[in-house]
Amino acid sequence: MPHSLTLAGIDYAILVIYFGFVLGIGWALKRYVKGSTDFFLSGRTIPVWVTGLAFLSANLGAQEVIGMAASGAKYGIMTSHFYWVGAIPAMVFLAIFMMPFYYGSKARSVPEYLKLRFDEKTRGFNAMSFAVMTVFSSGISLHALAQLMETLIGWNYNYCIVVSATIVLVYILLGGLTSAIYNEVLQFFMIVLGFAPLVFLALKDVGGWSVLKTKLIPVATAQNFAPGTWSQSWTHMSSALENPMGVSWFGMVFGLGFVMSFGYWCTDFLVVQRAMAANSMSAARRTPLIAAIPKMLFPALVILPGMIAIAIYSAGDHFLPLVDAADPSKGINYNMTMPALLARYYPAGLLGLGFTALMASFMSGMAGNVTAFNTVWTYDIYQSYISPNRPDSHYLRMGKFATLFGIAVSVGCAYLAAQFNNIMDMLQLVFAFVNAPLFATFLLGMFWRRATGHGAFWGLLGGTAAAAVFHGLASSAGNAPSIVKGGWIAQRFLFHSEMGQNFWMAIVAWTACFCLTIGISLATAQNKSDAELTGLVYSLTPKPKSENEPWYKQPVTVGILVLLATIVLNLLFW
Amino acid sequence: MNFDLRLPIGLMFSLFGTVLSVYGLMSDAALNKKSLGLNINLDWGLVLLGFGGTMLFFALRARGRHGSNPPPAK
Repeated sequence: MPHSLTLAGIDYAILVIYFGFVLGIGWALKRYVKGSTDFFLSGRTIPVWVTGLAFLSANLGAQEVIGMAASGAKYGIMTSHFYWVGAIPAMVFLAIFMMPFYYGSKARSVPEYLKLRFDEKTRGFNAMSFAVMTVFSSGISLHALAQLMETLIGWNYNYCIVVSATIVLVYILLGGLTSAIYNEVLQFFMIVLGFAPLVFLALKDVGGWSVLKTKLIPVATAQNFAPGTWSQSWTHMSSALENPMGVSWFGMVFGLGFVMSFGYWCTDFLVVQRAMAANSMSAARRTPLIAAIPKMLFPALVILPGMIAIAIYSAGDHFLPLVDAADPSKGINYNMTMPALLARYYPAGLLGLGFTALMASFMSGMAGNVTAFNTVWTYDIYQSYISPNRPDSHYLRMGKFATLFGIAVSVGCAYLAAQFNNIMDMLQLVFAFVNAPLFATFLLGMFWRRATGHGAFWGLLGGTAAAAVFHGLASSAGNAPSIVKGGWIAQRFLFHSEMGQNFWMAIVAWTACFCLTIGISLATAQNKSDAELTGLVYSLTPKPKSENEPWYKQPVTVGILVLLATIVLNLLFW
Repeated sequence: MNFDLRLPIGLMFSLFGTVLSVYGLMSDAALNKKSLGLNINLDWGLVLLGFGGTMLFFALRARGRHGSNPPPAK
């Protein structure tokens, strides 16, 4: 296995200093953890700039840094739709419309909100699927980290797994959610300040933005696309055949922008938990908005380097590694875009900083999953079904045990991923089935008081089933029908790309859940009284007042400004 | 909670800044071939030092203002 990075003494020094601070923060926070709410919810005491950056950073896992650079090279600037159509509008929606119910209901987790709003079975379904999903995601993160370190520097895979898992374990055990959140902020600055000089150097090397646009023309034409495909985000979306993503504007806006992004940002406890730890309702609502501002600019940090890399590569400088050196026809290993850029531009010293930032991105993803898991496990599964009515100290102990247990299972999953790549693809697929319809349940739950427990539960199950059936009937160009790739029932729908297939699967699942929930709710009796639903449903909840606050503290004003800025960004790179 | 995150952030980035700029000053020019001839360790080290210093300044100012009596939680 070729090693493409060589670390010098100074690089190791930076790595060691960083992990010293990570563990030190956990140690310093130890004395604040007195009860289970401190451990799981940070006692709702965290200042808003911290929850905002942690909200962003918990999602800033390996997929973001490695994956978005890879997509930048593979698809060009269209990758920015994940931010400017997907994430930002969803974050604004969460802040303005949904956060009042999450924070105001005093629910301790997203599944608990479902229990208060609907019933026990809806909560159980969500809690179980979420718990399984988080440990597996954290395992996949861990595996990806160890595999990358092994390929890049030749570190031992097993040591990487054990050392990274232990570091995450120690700082969560010491300081609970607060420690995870504080470290996520540290990781945020590390990632931004570790990769910013890379963008600067790469852009300088290629000759600036306008030269980059010219150099991206042959990348597009070589694959039979219009010349501007890699540098124009919307121009080439009228049909799925015009762009490398293989999606049309409708599939993208509705599938990615509406269903998938709103589903993730508005209902995934991993991110929502950060906002729930804020010290006031106003702070909880501003958390996603504070996160949205840097998020808006992240394409420059993670997508732009990928675009530069492919421009330099196609100009004849073949510094990106191939998937298989013996068989060049398999193409470039896009996942190595970011590491290859680090190796190309960073001298010893700065390389330590960039490399540490890369490790930090993996760990923030993992820690986010683990803290979400231990909360859902302890409150929504253990306290609800296994051992209710115990003293608080018992649940605090269980939370610590769940952290240990969650990390142990993650390590197991990492080895499983190393052994059977297909199992992981399979699991991610199942998660997609479960996640896609969820936003319909929340939307109806929060804005339609007539939605019932039976409607929500069967709507969710039906949506999940619809996703699975649609997946069985759909396949994408270049993939033979299989359990993982789809088309295992029949090949009824053929998509131009897997991404298009996924977007449409989400649309189908959401629509099925939405219609079923409405239908079943109308056919069943409301199981909650209006009094029980106060604080949980829009029409029954007094609107939060923020007139006395200055404009920059009013969620609606800030939200509108964020949306306007996003529209400007879309137009600038149209 | 009487724990100001600006303090560790400020300390860590000041430390990184110092280490990188000293390393950049001491290393010879051949090291900078990768970074297009720029002494990026020195330049970026100074940026980090500036960022870390700003964080430290605000953390210490807040600490000085409240002394050993943190403001009551809202």
